[in-house]
Amino acid sequence: MLDQTPKELIKRDGLRINPLKTCQPVGALYAALGVKKCMPHSHGSQGCVSYHRTFLTRHFKEPAIASSSSFTEGASVFGGGANLRSSVKNIFDLYDPDIIAVHTTCLSETIGDDLNSYILEMEIPDDKLVVHCNTPSYVGSHIHGYANMVAGFIKYLADKNAPKNEKLGFFPGFVNPGDLREYKRLLELMGVEFIMLPDQTGVMDSPMTGVYEMFPKGGTTIEEIRALGGVKEALAMGDFASTEPALVLKSKCGVETKVLPLPFGVEGTDKFLMELSRISGNPVPKVLEEERGRLIDLMLDANPYFYAKRCSIFGDPDTVLGILSLALELGMKPIHLITGTPGELFERKAKEILAAYGLEGEGRVKSSGDLFELHQWIKNDGSDLLIGTSYGKQIAKAEDLPFVRAGFPVLDRYGHAYEPLLGYQGGLILAKRIADTIMDRMDRDVLDEDLEVVM
Amino acid sequence: MVEVKTEILSKYKAKVFKSRKDHILEVDSSKAQEIAANTRAIPGIMTNRGCCYAGCKGVVLGPLKDTLVLTHGPIGCGFYSWGTRRNKARPDENGENFVQYCFSTDMQEPDIVFGGDKKLRKALQEAYEIFHPKRIMICSTCPVGLIGDDIHAVAAWAEKEFNITCVAFSCEGYKGVSQSAGHHIANNGLMKRIIGTDDREVEGKYKINLLGEYNIGGDGWETERILKKVGYKVVAIFTGDGALADIARSHKADLNLVQCHRSINYVAEMMRDAFGTNWLKVNFIGLKATADTLRNIATFFGDSSLMDRTEEVIEEEMAAIAGDVAYFKNRLEGRKAAIFVGGSRSHHYQELLRDFGVTTVLAGYEFAHRDDYEGRRVIPNLKEDADSKNIENLVMSKDMRYRAFLSPERAAELKEKIGLENYEGLITDMPDGTFVVDDLNHYETEAFIELLKPDIFFSGIKDKYVIQKGGVLSRQLHSYDYSGPYSGFKGSLIFGRDLTMGLYAPAWKLVSPPWAQKNEKLSQDGLLREDSDA
Repeated sequence: MLDQTPKELIKRDGLRINPLKTCQPVGALYAALGVKKCMPHSHGSQGCVSYHRTFLTRHFKEPAIASSSSFTEGASVFGGGANLRSSVKNIFDLYDPDIIAVHTTCLSETIGDDLNSYILEMEIPDDKLVVHCNTPSYVGSHIHGYANMVAGFIKYLADKNAPKNEKLGFFPGFVNPGDLREYKRLLELMGVEFIMLPDQTGVMDSPMTGVYEMFPKGGTTIEEIRALGGVKEALAMGDFASTEPALVLKSKCGVETKVLPLPFGVEGTDKFLMELSRISGNPVPKVLEEERGRLIDLMLDANPYFYAKRCSIFGDPDTVLGILSLALELGMKPIHLITGTPGELFERKAKEILAAYGLEGEGRVKSSGDLFELHQWIKNDGSDLLIGTSYGKQIAKAEDLPFVRAGFPVLDRYGHAYEPLLGYQGGLILAKRIADTIMDRMDRDVLDEDLEVVM
Repeated sequence: MVEVKTEILSKYKAKVFKSRKDHILEVDSSKAQEIAANTRAIPGIMTNRGCCYAGCKGVVLGPLKDTLVLTHGPIGCGFYSWGTRRNKARPDENGENFVQYCFSTDMQEPDIVFGGDKKLRKALQEAYEIFHPKRIMICSTCPVGLIGDDIHAVAAWAEKEFNITCVAFSCEGYKGVSQSAGHHIANNGLMKRIIGTDDREVEGKYKINLLGEYNIGGDGWETERILKKVGYKVVAIFTGDGALADIARSHKADLNLVQCHRSINYVAEMMRDAFGTNWLKVNFIGLKATADTLRNIATFFGDSSLMDRTEEVIEEEMAAIAGDVAYFKNRLEGRKAAIFVGGSRSHHYQELLRDFGVTTVLAGYEFAHRDDYEGRRVIPNLKEDADSKNIENLVMSKDMRYRAFLSPERAAELKEKIGLENYEGLITDMPDGTFVVDDLNHYETEAFIELLKPDIFFSGIKDKYVIQKGGVLSRQLHSYDYSGPYSGFKGSLIFGRDLTMGLYAPAWKLVSPPWAQKNEKLSQDGLLREDSDA
């Protein structure tokens, strides 16, 4: 496995090998699936959306609907205006969504299609909406595409004259439906009324009923997005996925916003709950304090198995930073932190978190990296454990490393999108996954006489 | 009964109606039937089609293990086509296997603005320093063609600079109307630059190439196992677990076997014209199909010992699995299937389903041409349009090394007898009253299920959960749901097992809660009540 990967690191400026990111449009598509009765639409060649639907379906094991402008060579030369107009007409005629959320592709961006004017000038049925965002594939990553689409909904729909309401605007970040359900449970327990944008629960984790619905029950409603303009304040979870929508909501509607890291681990969740407590004026209820206690109980009980484990964590930036926090709380020693998404903020934040645990200047931290490089780091430094997305399984096999799946995407296991990794409950799930993986490996590797029935 | 086609089309407004009506037909053997295919997808209508890049890099070039395939473009295209098509490959004798890797130039905004060829050169330089590959293929994505990067000039530079084979493919996603254009572009590149570049003799009798076998789930390995058992020498496989080093010598073979007609028939035709290599449409999907195919190949060589050996192998292989086949047939007989896959499997799998007593009520191709439906006889009448005329159509003249394996009389005889160099298409093989649909879309899938009530719908991952959420079993025929191989004798059994497993999954019975009314749409549920001993 990966036998041609050499140990020697060569600086690369042109060649990306085994990427740790993908392009903006797929993030935009995922965001748009979190709006009720919304058809995500890719303005480009149909190959793009075919890949994106495939990719999302493989992660969620759910239908991921989206349409395409199906550019031909002609449209690529003369512009895609006509293709977009017929798309919009055909989509409303046949699928009848309430809203179409268009994102661009490298194709339509390179030829300079002006989506603003296309949409302004096209015929749209009275009670229907078309919004868009720009998602050039040659800038940023799928995380930026997600942020841009959420911001796009706000730009078009959030109403600065909306009646003031007491709700919290809430941007959850690029997470799974399982995480979104956990957010909602925490918000409800804290007595916070909220508008969450986007909300893929009920859409990308819809139940099996024997009846397929193209637009299932879930999703943020258009009315809710409009009302975001009148919320008391907003919380944006995750610097990379949620800062952009927070900034747009502030500049368009004057809503005060605050960006927090994803609430991973004990301290991350503490910080989140205290923020919710400040917002609602309610104390943190006993039931959550007990959950917190159970997580810490497990951390102490299983501490010998976590202690000083040299782990490598990879994936999307906000998620890696979150897992890093939990790993440190567990007593592990993260030595490799890498994301494919560009942004030196990742490096800065990771180093801050490491420094708080007395690990300043230690380990390797990198944004705009790839899995080839991570593999080379591991060949040079060794590692006790690999934590990240499905693509890590090649490295895990090549180097015979224990491997914990976490983040996006998990293409080769079932049920991951249902399980939260954030909050105390999520912390419990992730800590258990890590402990099980480490201990299964110990059992596999020990001599017969050393196999313990009680551990 | 409602007229199915009318009912399906009734939801469409004028323009879409006009575009779709000729892509749907009810089979009627009393008429010569024509279907519209290989035309543009309709903007906004959810098609399953992919793009030219997917056909060139994803399908034809991606499986080559001794070749570093570099995607020139932003990161997405390379990323999505990495490790997702199940074209299995074992390292070659040098330990090389590039199939596990994804290589991309990961173009950034400045590359789009100022040109990407500088970065492409740098990427090639780095690829060479790290991996020392002997062969590099460059595949371009949409923006590359738009900004005009001359990837062919860069490839020529790399050949000189590193003393390697480097071929560029201008397979931008917007070209053509589907993956099909990409297949053609890849075929052309292989023909122009690789096939016939190594003249060393190939040892062995009965030399064949296997074309259009991408080794999905190990299909190629099962097929190769059988071919070797009979006594054939497989020179090259295009391209599953394949190597350009072998393809370079593929002109030394006596016969090209064509499994996937759509993606590789260009190479078969061009090799026939240039080198005289005859080709034969084969199908290793299905028990009877595999046996018939083996007999046809033996007939081509016309050697009685080979024919005897063929019968021996068929008998031995069939006997080994007969008991299990009978068991699965008993579980599956009488079920109805719909199949919608790429360019040949929707035909191949009908034969395998027939082995298990399953009838196909609806079949269609994602990106086929009319000849895949109606047979190659229609090729001279196909009209070029704005999309197809931009894909180069290479006309080969006889190479110096041209050699005819068959006498003209024997060739004519075999055209009749084993369909040499012909493909009759999908429609002739389907009973009257069944449906053929080209570029079946999301809405039509739902509507056809409602009207035809298949028990199993074979399609791809984008459809799979749409269909299953609606209560009908869906199995992926692109990826085999991570199972396989499905080819040959042993593969048939795995297919029968997978299908049985899917239909008899206990969870189907649990979908409707006991306190709610039973969902009548759940076809699986009904079937299982009768077979509760499963």
